[in-house]
Amino acid sequence: MGLIEGRFEPNIIVTSTDAIFNWARSRSIWPLTFGLACCAIEMMATNASRFDLDRFGIFPRPTPRQSDCLLISGTVTAKMGERLVTLYEQMSEPRYVISMGSCANSGGPYCDHGYHVIKGVDQILPVDVYIPGCPPRPEALIDGFLKLRDLIMKETIAKPSA
Amino acid sequence: MTIPEIFNILQEKFPEAELVLEENNPDPIIRAKCEAIADISLLLRDDPDFSFDSLMCLSGVETVEEFQTVYHLYSMLHNHKVTLRAGGTKEEELIVPTVSHIWPTADWHERESFDLFGIKYTDHPDPRRILLPDDWVGYPLRKDYEPQKTWHKIPLTAIDYKEEDNGDES
Repeated sequence: MGLIEGRFEPNIIVTSTDAIFNWARSRSIWPLTFGLACCAIEMMATNASRFDLDRFGIFPRPTPRQSDCLLISGTVTAKMGERLVTLYEQMSEPRYVISMGSCANSGGPYCDHGYHVIKGVDQILPVDVYIPGCPPRPEALIDGFLKLRDLIMKETIAKPSA
Repeated sequence: MTIPEIFNILQEKFPEAELVLEENNPDPIIRAKCEAIADISLLLRDDPDFSFDSLMCLSGVETVEEFQTVYHLYSMLHNHKVTLRAGGTKEEELIVPTVSHIWPTADWHERESFDLFGIKYTDHPDPRRILLPDDWVGYPLRKDYEPQKTWHKIPLTAIDYKEEDNGDES
């Protein structure tokens, strides 16, 4: 009866919805192209050919509607914090937040005297992964993405965390 | 043209501007009454002997006694420089006429010095804050500035992790 007959039966893979969803999500984390400060330079370097985030399926998207992950790469000022929340709300679920560098984690050098800096972006957004460093090296950023990947693999659709 | 020469010519042309040559600086600074700044600037740009065609920098300054606006001028034609200064005591608002119609670059400089020092510029085309949000309270580079604790419900104070850690241990 044709070429297709009998060819698919031995190839069907049985899996759980969780496993296939998590596999798909964790292997194509698309962060939003969003640079705030000097950490953005490291983010760009990590996306470029030498460190090549694309080999993990991580590819920056120009709009929050197509993004899965908000990479906060730099100092979050009060004025930008408000816009950051808007961007986060525009992303479709499931969505993840990576806080990159000391400024986004805790205010960093602006912690004591920065009147305009939010002391830790976790005060306005739910952060999944923190990457220390000032700025973090590209290897650290890759490690952060791998941590996020592990986090996504543990998810279940019965109880979504993001 | 040296700064004392410029100062002498300016003093002839603007006898009412209370011009003072402050010579205790590496480069002497010409101090003028606030109200006269725009007229002096126009002359400094348009007179062919001066032709200060470039405003290198416009700064807001707070000293112990007063607020000041400082203008660094440069002439690309004659390769000479001059510094102007206008100031007023801290008790009252410093109000300076704008020079943004003379050097368009002054537009954003004046907005920044208004934003951070609260120095007001009369006849400015767009007298808004430039860096901070429009509804920000206070002028952050002033010595007596009190930082806001929150802005639009966004917390701006640091979390005291020491207290939180102690709570976990007990």
